[in-house]
Amino acid sequence: MRALLLRDLRLAMRAGGGFGLGLAFFLIVVVLVPFGVGPQTELLARIAPGILWIGALLACLLSLDRILALDWEDGSLDLIATAPVPLEAVVSVKALAHWLTTGLPLVLAAPVLGLLLNLPAPGYGWLTLSLLLGTPALSVIGTFGAALTVGLKRGGLLLSLLVLPLYVPVLIFGAEVARRGAEAMALTTPLAMLAGITCGTIALLPFASAAVLRMNLR
Amino acid sequence: MELVVDQLSVARAGVPVLRGVAFRLAPGRALLLRGPNGVGKTTLLRVLAGLQPPLAGRVSLDPDNFAYAAHADGIKSTLSVAENLNFWADLHGTRGSTGIEVALAAFHLSDLAERAAGALSAGQKRRLGLARLLVTGRPIWILDEPTVSLDRDAVTWFADVVRAHLANGGSAIIASHIELGLDAEVIELEPFRASWSSATNDTDFDEAFL
Amino acid sequence: MASIWEYANPRKFMATTDVVLPWIAVTAALTLVGGLIWGFFFTPEDYRQGATVKIIYLHVPAALLAINAWLMMLAASLIWIVRRHHVSALAARAAAPVGAVMTLIALITGAIWGQPMWGTWWEWDPRLTSFLILFLFYLGYMALWSAVENDDTAADLTAILCLVGSVFALLSRYAVNFWNQGLHQGASLSLDAQENVADVFYHPLLVSIAGFVLLFVALVLLRTRTEIRARRMRALLLRERMG
Repeated sequence: MRALLLRDLRLAMRAGGGFGLGLAFFLIVVVLVPFGVGPQTELLARIAPGILWIGALLACLLSLDRILALDWEDGSLDLIATAPVPLEAVVSVKALAHWLTTGLPLVLAAPVLGLLLNLPAPGYGWLTLSLLLGTPALSVIGTFGAALTVGLKRGGLLLSLLVLPLYVPVLIFGAEVARRGAEAMALTTPLAMLAGITCGTIALLPFASAAVLRMNLR
Repeated sequence: MELVVDQLSVARAGVPVLRGVAFRLAPGRALLLRGPNGVGKTTLLRVLAGLQPPLAGRVSLDPDNFAYAAHADGIKSTLSVAENLNFWADLHGTRGSTGIEVALAAFHLSDLAERAAGALSAGQKRRLGLARLLVTGRPIWILDEPTVSLDRDAVTWFADVVRAHLANGGSAIIASHIELGLDAEVIELEPFRASWSSATNDTDFDEAFL
Repeated sequence: MASIWEYANPRKFMATTDVVLPWIAVTAALTLVGGLIWGFFFTPEDYRQGATVKIIYLHVPAALLAINAWLMMLAASLIWIVRRHHVSALAARAAAPVGAVMTLIALITGAIWGQPMWGTWWEWDPRLTSFLILFLFYLGYMALWSAVENDDTAADLTAILCLVGSVFALLSRYAVNFWNQGLHQGASLSLDAQENVADVFYHPLLVSIAGFVLLFVALVLLRTRTEIRARRMRALLLRERMG
């Protein structure tokens, strides 16, 4: 299992692996928003948590189809499926690798981009925490979507259509934590819900992902 | 352990292609699958490897006994040859015991070990894909057209590797049109082709579609 | 005999629905037209909402079916996963567009009703938002069905998507509730409905709902028959090609 994780990380870091693409996309989205809504700092400060969350979510979405499609194309997925490792563990490790290469950099970059949007001072910690709790769920749900669409020729667009509705609860609670954090309001409930959803998806969704992957491989 | 395949029926994309396939394979023996394109060789091999369920019938051994090599080699072009093989050795938990050096030497890849796999020729990639079989440490090899894009020398090396594997008590099931010079049994798949009349004999509930 | 699963045999299903479907369709038409005419023309106007309240006879049944169509798909998907009856999978496939249209009707009538009541066509009210999300789920489900070529694989994948989607739809419902408390009136229909809707409105509403349910059943049966025929045709084509 460690071998698979290391391989995926190494592949992402090497040329053409797409590491950093999500980060650059995140930066561009956040830079574009003021052009769209105007440069008033109060307005930007108010919508900053939401913008940062949506930017992170879209950046995450961008790299989902790489999780499994590349391994499918060159036949590695078949061979991994015949190796003595459970497919549930394989999809979990794939999701972890995706989070480490996409989710974690987004979490670290978010406070810096928060500066650009005049995020109020109390918001930085909560924003980072909410992303730290929420992005693993985005990766796990995304892996499920990737497993659903892995055999399809033009799966990319379908993948977004399938995954985005599944992202709604995470987005709502995550952005709510960040917003309430920025406005210094009580946020225990959304924080607990966010953590609960993340734990639940990490614990249960790999079984569904492995099941659909098996169906797609046969 | 002897492999016994009994009354095996397999389907491709929901359509039965082979019915009632039966054979035995003792350790140290090789079996060649013969049959025209589309008869279901690949499908049969995928069922044996555990990648898809059979329609009916029994395979006496667990998929864990099979090492599968298909048309695609699963090679990552940005990793080096050694990194590619090490990954499969780690995944099969055989790192250290067999070592990838043996596998590399068997296919004359030792000099290329540090080369990025993307820089290999098609034949060299194929050899790397076949070298993976040695690091899996599994007794029964399932080979789907293993000699595609190999030159004459490489075919000889490959045949030597298979012979050594058989001599060590392993066995192999090979779908190939090329004569490898192996002392092998041959099974012709054409007689097992699933005909539509046999399909409609199943009065199975949901088969009413066919 | 006497097993409900007999109807899961495509032949038996086709034979039975061939007889039953016209009756259901006619009953559906009569009930629906009766309920709507009763509701539209023979009920008093609400003292606060005026004539606009009458859209309730479209809005409430459509909204009810939007959710129940998904539940029916969920049940059919479970039956497919557990017992692998093709008719069940095809029924789930057949119900999806009907459910999606019901959701759309609920959304549109909601907007038309909301305009004079709340003074806006669209309000990010939790219920309306939930229906919008449900609509997205329907779209994804249908898109996956049409994208996968192998029928059995498509049935498997969409069944799992339906299961996972149901959990996330529930989560979204809760999340949206938390996110915005909303303007919607509470239960417009429950067992103690007298508290919410007076009898004069309530009885024609029940008839309309019965009409919508029958319409839904008729449409799903019809579409399932079409799917079975399409499936059989694909099988025959395949057979011809393979000789």
